[in-house]
Amino acid sequence: MTSELDPAAARPPGAADGGPAGAPSRAVPALVVDAVTKTYAARGRRKSAVTAVDHVSFTIEPGAAIGLVGASGSGKSTLAKMISGSQRPTTGSIRFGDTVVESLHARGLREYHRSVQMVFQDPYGALNPLHTVAYTVSRPCQNFLGLSATKALDRVHELLETVGLAPPEQFAAKLPHQLSGGQRQRVVVARALACDPELIIADEPVSMLDVSLRAGILRLLARLREQRGLSLLYITHDLLSARVVTDQILVLNKGRVVERGQTKHVMQHPQDDYTIRLLDAVATPYAAQEPPPAS
Amino acid sequence: MALLEAKGVNVVYEPNRGQRIWSVRDVDLTLQEGEFVGLVGESGCGKSTLGFALTRMLRPPAHLEGGVIRFDGEDICALEGEPLRRQRRNGFAIVLQSGMNALNPVRSVEHHFADILKAHARDKEDLAAGTLRARGAQLLQSVQLDPDVLDRFPHELSGGMRQRVSIALALALQPRLIVFDEPTTALDVIVQSAVIATIKDLQAKQSFTAILISHDLGVVLDATDRVMVMYAGRILEDQPSKELLRGPHHPYTEALLRCYGDPRADEVHLGGIAGSPPDLSLPQEGCSFAPRCPLAEEVCRQVDPALTPLGSGRVACHVRARESNLTTKARDDL
Repeated sequence: MTSELDPAAARPPGAADGGPAGAPSRAVPALVVDAVTKTYAARGRRKSAVTAVDHVSFTIEPGAAIGLVGASGSGKSTLAKMISGSQRPTTGSIRFGDTVVESLHARGLREYHRSVQMVFQDPYGALNPLHTVAYTVSRPCQNFLGLSATKALDRVHELLETVGLAPPEQFAAKLPHQLSGGQRQRVVVARALACDPELIIADEPVSMLDVSLRAGILRLLARLREQRGLSLLYITHDLLSARVVTDQILVLNKGRVVERGQTKHVMQHPQDDYTIRLLDAVATPYAAQEPPPAS
Repeated sequence: MALLEAKGVNVVYEPNRGQRIWSVRDVDLTLQEGEFVGLVGESGCGKSTLGFALTRMLRPPAHLEGGVIRFDGEDICALEGEPLRRQRRNGFAIVLQSGMNALNPVRSVEHHFADILKAHARDKEDLAAGTLRARGAQLLQSVQLDPDVLDRFPHELSGGMRQRVSIALALALQPRLIVFDEPTTALDVIVQSAVIATIKDLQAKQSFTAILISHDLGVVLDATDRVMVMYAGRILEDQPSKELLRGPHHPYTEALLRCYGDPRADEVHLGGIAGSPPDLSLPQEGCSFAPRCPLAEEVCRQVDPALTPLGSGRVACHVRARESNLTTKARDDL
C-alpha cells in the first residue's frame, strides 16, 4: 500500500521489512518518528515560544505496543496529534512505510487513517449523542471499506461482538446516553477497528473510567493486538496500565524523552528522577505494605 | 460525643419529569472529632450526594427523604436561614472537585479570602484590609503557596495551585468538619500526590474532622484512618484503612482491591468486575451487588443485608456475616 503522493520519500531504515513497494498484499510497515520537534509560537507580550515536543525519535514495529508516559504538559498528546496527522511537526519527520505523514493532505490523509486510528480519552465526548451505535460504527465501514449499508451492518454486529458488546443487535440500536462509560469506550474502540487499521493510537483510553472497568478495556486492547496483529501506541500518565499493555515505554518530561526501554525493566530499575517521581505518585493501596523490590 | 452522626439517611433525586432516583439509601454513619474518613465508590454510587447531604448542600431536584443528621448533637436537617449560615461559618466546609472552576475568574485570590472573612465576620472582628491580607497570606502558606499568590487571578495559576487555593479558602473559618469531594481528580498524578500529602498534613496538624470522597481506593487508603465503601447508594463496608487493606470483608471491596497493583512488581495482574451497577431508578431487591458477586446465594438476591458490626468495622454481606458468626460460635464452643 504505497501512497502515490510521495514517491520520492526515502524508505525509513525501520521499515526495511515493510514489504517492497507495489506489493499487492497489505504488508504492515513500521511507524517511524524521526527527531520530531513541535514548537508553538506564543502570542502576547512575552513572546517566548513553547517547545511541546523536543527531538523525539522512536519506531513502532508491526505488532508492538509502545507506551508514552508522562504527567500533563509532557507533550504526549501533541505527539499523538502529529502521528495521527492532525498537526504537523515543526521539524523532523513521521513516516509510515513510504508515507510521509506530515506531507499528507486530504486524500492522502484519508488513506492513512485507514491504517492509523485513534481512541480518545473521553468516551462521552467522542460519540455524537444523536447517532445510534450502529450508525457511528457503520460510517467507517461505508466510507473506508465501501461496504453497502446491509454489509456494513453485518460488520457492525461482528465488531460489537469483538469488543464485548453482546448481544450486538441490542447494542446497535442504542444511543450513547443509554450506555455506561465502559460500554461507550468499547463503542469507540469498535469504531476505530471498523476500517481494519494496523496501528491504534490510544490516548488515555481508561483514565476516565471506573477502576472496575479499566481491566476490561485493557484486556480488550491486548487481545486485539494478539488476534489481529495490531500495533498500539498507548499514551497515559498511569504507569500501572502502561505496565499491563505495553512492551516498551518512553517517559516524556517537558517534551523530551528522559528514559526509554522495556516496560518492566524501566519500572523496576528507573534511572531518571522524573520516572521515579511518576512511580512514587502511583496511588497503589499496596504501597504502604510492600516496599518495591530492592534493585 | 460524635461530631457527626447520620441515621437512616436517604437522598432522592426527583426531577419534574422522569423517574425518581434513589441515590443514597439507608446510610448510618458516625464520625468522631478529629477523624479522617474516606468515602470510596465508583461513579454514580452516591458518594458525592452523601457528602452534600451531610453538609446540607443538596439542591433540588435532590432532597433528603427521611433520616437524621446530627452535627455536634444538633439536628441540622431542619436548619434554614441564619442558624444554617451560622453552622456553615464554623461548622463545616466543602472542597469541590473542580476547584479550578470554583474561583471567580475576574477577582484576585485576595478578594476571595476577604469575601469569605467579611461575609462570616463576628461582631467587633478586625476587618482592616491589612488584617485580611495577612490572614490570607497565612492561609496560603498553610497549603504551601507563596503569599504573592494573593495578587494573582485564577487563570494565572495552575490546576494544582487553584485546588490549593480552594483548600485554603475552606480552612479560612476554621471549620470543624471539611468534606473534600474528589479534590484531586482533575489533576495529574504527580500534582495529585502532592495535594493529598498537603491535605493529610493539614489534617494531622490542625486536627479538624475530614471526609475524603474519591473514586480511587488507592488514594483514600493511603490518606485516611478509616474507609467506607459505597455501592449503589449504600455503605457496604466500613473499616479502619489498615485493616481493610489486610482483610477486606465485603466481596466488592475485595474485587476493588484486585483492580489495583504495583507497577514495579514482577508480575502484574489487574482484575476487573464484570457487569455494571444497578439502575437506581428501579426498586432494589436483595443485595445490590449480588448480580456481580461471586459469593452470591439465594438469600442475597432476596434480602438486602443490613450493615452489621464485624471485627473492628461493619459489613453489609449475608455470607461474610454468617461466616464470622460461625467462627465466633466455633470459638465459643471450644
